[in-house]
Amino acid sequence: MNYNWNWGVLFQEPYLGWLIMGVQWTFAVALAAWVIALSVGILVGVGRTLPSRPIAFLCTAYVEIFRNVPLLLQLFLWYFVMPELVPNDVGQWIKRDMPNPEYLTAVIALGLYTASRVAEQVRAGIESVGSGLTNAAFANGFSVTQTYRYVLLPISFRLIVPPMTSEFLTIFKNSSLALTIGLLELTAQSQQIAEYTFNGFEAYTAATVIYVCIALMATVVMQVVERYTRIPGYMGSK
Amino acid sequence: MIKIEKLSKWYGDFQVLIDCTTQVNAAEVVVVCGPSGSGKSTLIKCVNGLEPAQEGRITVEGMEVTGRGTDLTRLRARIGMVFQHFELYPHMTVRENLCLAQQKVLGRSRDEAVAKTEALLDRVGLSQHIDKHPGALSGGQQQRVAICRALAMDPIAMLFDEPTSALDPEMINEVLDVMVELARDGMTMMVVTHEMGFARKVADRVVFMDAGAIVEDRPTEEFFGAPDTDRAKDFLSKILNH
Ligand SMILES: Nc1ncnc2c1ncn2[C@@H]1O[C@H](COP(=O)(O)OP(=O)(O)O)[C@@H](O)[C@H]1O
Ligand SMILES: [Mg+2]
Repeated sequence: MNYNWNWGVLFQEPYLGWLIMGVQWTFAVALAAWVIALSVGILVGVGRTLPSRPIAFLCTAYVEIFRNVPLLLQLFLWYFVMPELVPNDVGQWIKRDMPNPEYLTAVIALGLYTASRVAEQVRAGIESVGSGLTNAAFANGFSVTQTYRYVLLPISFRLIVPPMTSEFLTIFKNSSLALTIGLLELTAQSQQIAEYTFNGFEAYTAATVIYVCIALMATVVMQVVERYTRIPGYMGSK
Repeated sequence: MIKIEKLSKWYGDFQVLIDCTTQVNAAEVVVVCGPSGSGKSTLIKCVNGLEPAQEGRITVEGMEVTGRGTDLTRLRARIGMVFQHFELYPHMTVRENLCLAQQKVLGRSRDEAVAKTEALLDRVGLSQHIDKHPGALSGGQQQRVAICRALAMDPIAMLFDEPTSALDPEMINEVLDVMVELARDGMTMMVVTHEMGFARKVADRVVFMDAGAIVEDRPTEEFFGAPDTDRAKDFLSKILNH
């Protein structure tokens, strides 16, 4: 193989700057999408467990739609199709004047998609707490809202820390799909470096190492969270 | 105080409760017994509205449990309930288990709630466990904490659903002792249990259920002395000889 190795290229300008920019966009997309995923996901997940039929139905519909349509397609739908469906002025504004359209689209698409997965974890967590404790809280005089706030949510959030860690890692990985609508996040930047320098191997290796580092960091953080929130003597497997 | 009138309940086609009528007067202890699956838990859960019933009426101190517009939350705050599997809040210390509803439901100040908590735990001999989580306690200790959690609300009546049947034999008495003391203090109690020793000692009446119906409802002495029905006799001979 006649390959011209040059790891140094990664530390030259402008390529180092591109990589750093890419990492910044990856974090910007993943973290903002995570905020949406958590807030929407918790609401939808709780909604699925409520006694109200219409609310539970709507939340189930949300989960089924957002979880089952491929994320890449959702990204395209938000980016190319949605502006055509909204009223003309809004569509025009989105296409011409909205700042950072790739970024905002990626955040919304990734956030709402991940929300459906978070919602499933939240629902499973609440259901695994069981009817016994729910009855105990009601018998204690708590309203439905208080029962969720003081009993069901605090327990189920602790139970779902491990699966949520993996959702959190996935959102970083999935953020790379944003390159398809032109967002220059980490994967896109390494692709660009590869094209400019012909040192594709080094560029993609750099991206790989950075993704792995992000994953390790996130895992360590979540392990601390898990240790800190562990319930002594409770398995939550009733 | 607790009045159950012609209560019927169905799960789909299956009738769990058939025309049940009984009552618990103030300061009275009524023991409910009967074979597994006869509807005891369902009946007692109807009393504080944890389970709805399709027909009949339940009132607690004049408040209608089965009525449409009833504020069940307010009613439940005044009725204590103790469960077979304790159902303590696992993520909170014993102190918080007892304080939470006092503060959030009754609106007591933190100091008041803590004082009440400490007094109750002292009464059942668990003061030294106040900072522990329920998972660190034995079953008998957890159930005594659960009784205290209910008592902390100053209930007008207490419901028990097989409070000792999940316990190891050597822990049953520490829980029953607390219940006996409570009965002697004049608490109104409805107790689902198979502990016939407890029933003889403190129950004013025994309600015997079979297949969703109240088959006997009689003063304790009479029930044990000469049960009316064969089903009750059969049940008693099984339970007393095991
Ligand atoms: N949620 C439910 N749905 C359908 N059937 C139920 C439900 N809960 C209890 N049952 C049935 O109702 C009957 C009475 O149950 P339960 O009140 O728990 O009896 P007990 O406490 O006397 O053992 C049982 O046959 C049980 O299978
Ligand atoms: Mg039962």
